[in-house]
Amino acid sequence: MTAMAKHRVFLTLTLLEIGLLAGLLAQGRTAARRASAVEVPARRAVAQRLGLTDLALWTEARYTRHPSQADLFSAFQDFPSSLDHFPAGSVVVASGGLEAFQNRLTAGEGSARPCAD
Amino acid sequence: MRRLKILEYALSSLWRRRFKNLSVVTVYAFTIAALGSILLLTHSLRVEANQILSGAPDLVVQRVLAGRHDLIPVDYAAALREIPGVGAVSPRIWGYHYDAMTGSNFTLIGIDDRAPYELELLDGALPTGPMECAVGAGVARARSTRVGHELTLISGDNVGVVFNVVGVFRAGSDILTNDLVVLRTPDLVEFFGLPEGRAVDLALEVHNPNEVQTVAAKVKRLFPDTRPIARSEILRTYDAVFHWRSGMLLTLFASALVAFSILAWDKATGISADERREIGILKAIGWGTADVLELKLWEGIAVSVTAFLVGLIAAWAHVFLFGATLLAPVIKGWSVIFPEFRLTPYVDLYQIFVMACLTVVPYVASTVVPSWKAAITDPEEVIRK
Repeated sequence: MTAMAKHRVFLTLTLLEIGLLAGLLAQGRTAARRASAVEVPARRAVAQRLGLTDLALWTEARYTRHPSQADLFSAFQDFPSSLDHFPAGSVVVASGGLEAFQNRLTAGEGSARPCAD
Repeated sequence: MRRLKILEYALSSLWRRRFKNLSVVTVYAFTIAALGSILLLTHSLRVEANQILSGAPDLVVQRVLAGRHDLIPVDYAAALREIPGVGAVSPRIWGYHYDAMTGSNFTLIGIDDRAPYELELLDGALPTGPMECAVGAGVARARSTRVGHELTLISGDNVGVVFNVVGVFRAGSDILTNDLVVLRTPDLVEFFGLPEGRAVDLALEVHNPNEVQTVAAKVKRLFPDTRPIARSEILRTYDAVFHWRSGMLLTLFASALVAFSILAWDKATGISADERREIGILKAIGWGTADVLELKLWEGIAVSVTAFLVGLIAAWAHVFLFGATLLAPVIKGWSVIFPEFRLTPYVDLYQIFVMACLTVVPYVASTVVPSWKAAITDPEEVIRK
């Protein structure tokens, strides 16, 4: 390699990588804009028409299929001191905010607000 | 010009130990790819969930009995409609069905007869007549059925019930409908054998979004045995599920971060005898301390910036081009029907910036700092050692 060539190669490669990343980010923004205009409204219409409340991701148990609708005992209901044995239970955590919201409603606050993060 | 010459020397120095340095770049890039994949996947899912589920009911009211979700009397709807601010109150019938043939769980949902009957993401139509159904793409694939064919489900009485498939949801809605079987409400009530006058829950329409919490509190006062769930709480649930700080994703993220910390710590614990001698020789021939540190800085930058960019591009390709195929089995669990990820590239630049700060800066520091002691020591002493 000629004298002083390595830094040219390195800088060229780095600029190419930065250019590629910038291109991917720009393409992502375009795709996101297109999705917001076309795909998202169509999916939202499906959720609205069918009254859906959860994503169809983890179908192995009730509380993983509908985590927003499940009560907080479902994961441990099989027998006393039963543990959550479905793998998706490790990914789907109970929303602490939901529990706090329900506790506030039970306590009888006039205008219950979900707790802040 | 001087900087470029120091950079040239740094690259030559790295190239002299090219196998070791290429290994470091590869491991570093792989760690960045793992971290980046988790961040890109969770952020994209969180944004999609937020956008799609904004179509969920304003308020869902369940009945709780002995700590468990129980059927709710449809009569509750009349009292709920009297609450100021509440519009339509719709009883919802839905539930789960285990399909022994495929070993998978379907979600059965009942719909009423109101329009619309066709949807953009539905091939065919929603069921309007008796014993008709529309199914998600996952169900259609699992049971090898399509529009015009039949779907047989075994009821609780162990009787096979045949439904005519009039619609199949398109792949674009998989994330919502993959395991769905949509039936007319009367058909579903009969299939499940639900008692008359009961629903699974009630969906409330609240005219003013700012009043949802107040209406929920009023529902709770009116019927203490109920559990109102606001749409904001549904969105909050998915915000928590897909946050990188929650669940198994945190474990993966932490593992990758620990792996990177080990790499940086190995670098920071000291430089080799060869590197020390090289610094001593450079000082002996006239390099200043600042020049030596700048050399080490460029070495660290060359390795970390290259690895970071390569790792990030690999993470992008993995998540948005290949549907996170390596992460999907971790997230999938025991689900038999699981949608393919076709994610829109939503990227949080702040997260990328934080990841760069957490990886590039410590690695460069761990390259420069160990060299500082050798750089300030007398060259003769360094060479003799």
